[in-house]
Amino acid sequence: MTESQEVATRGSAGTHAKSHEDEVVLRPPVDIFEDADGITVQADLPGVSKDRLSIQADRNGLLIEAEAAIDMPAGMEALYADVHSTRYARSFVLSGELDPGRIDANLKDGVLTLRIPKRLEFRPRRIEVTAG
Amino acid sequence: MFGSLWSSFDTNFFDEFRRPDGEYDTPTTRSAWPAGIRAVRRGTFPPVNVGTTPDQVEVYLFAPGLDPKGLDLSIQQNLLTISGHRSIGADANADYYRRERFEGDFRRVISLPDDVDPDRVEAGYREGVLRISVKRREAARPRQIEVK
Repeated sequence: MTESQEVATRGSAGTHAKSHEDEVVLRPPVDIFEDADGITVQADLPGVSKDRLSIQADRNGLLIEAEAAIDMPAGMEALYADVHSTRYARSFVLSGELDPGRIDANLKDGVLTLRIPKRLEFRPRRIEVTAG
Repeated sequence: MFGSLWSSFDTNFFDEFRRPDGEYDTPTTRSAWPAGIRAVRRGTFPPVNVGTTPDQVEVYLFAPGLDPKGLDLSIQQNLLTISGHRSIGADANADYYRRERFEGDFRRVISLPDDVDPDRVEAGYREGVLRISVKRREAARPRQIEVK
């Protein structure tokens, strides 16, 4: 359960909005869960294609940035909007037993799934007791 | 390109169409502005944007991870209804730290401008965005009037 504290948000809006100060950055909703082999992060990124998605991971953290591309007819005027931006950003602190070098990423229908495996030595191992 | 298009779109949303707080049914609302009768709580899934051109009305639903075949879309006069179910396939054996993504049944009703033609609707689902285009009736389009 210690991971729940470590895999905490770093206040994505604060740290990453600086370079685009006047831009609204959306914080995509995520699900994060853990099993014996690693942690899975799933993020809703509607409108994002593979080439507009950037995932950076190192020993310290994970940064997900993306830009949605929405086809719009020329000269369209807004009537109503729940979504006020096309930029997404969210970041997390990774803990030491996770291996950022072997992250597997998959994007389908606007849902990003990241699989962050644990280093082998941190995976639980069943110890066989042999009868002597 | 999309960025710049969206920017102008975005500015419009903020400057011209910024809704008074009363539009959202929040507990802290002090505004005397009435909410739309079909307005929903902020954060309701899926978020919706609606834009118009003289020819058509475009509705965008930001609904990632859906099977478009399971969506139920209907239009009656100018009232567009979208309903469906989103299943995110939660893993029963995993320990969750965060569950922020929507799961379950959803339904949104959007009241479009009165001049839309319910017989000419197109819908497409791409990268998690459902786009519905509804044409407007000819008579509603702006027409140049010649001065004789």
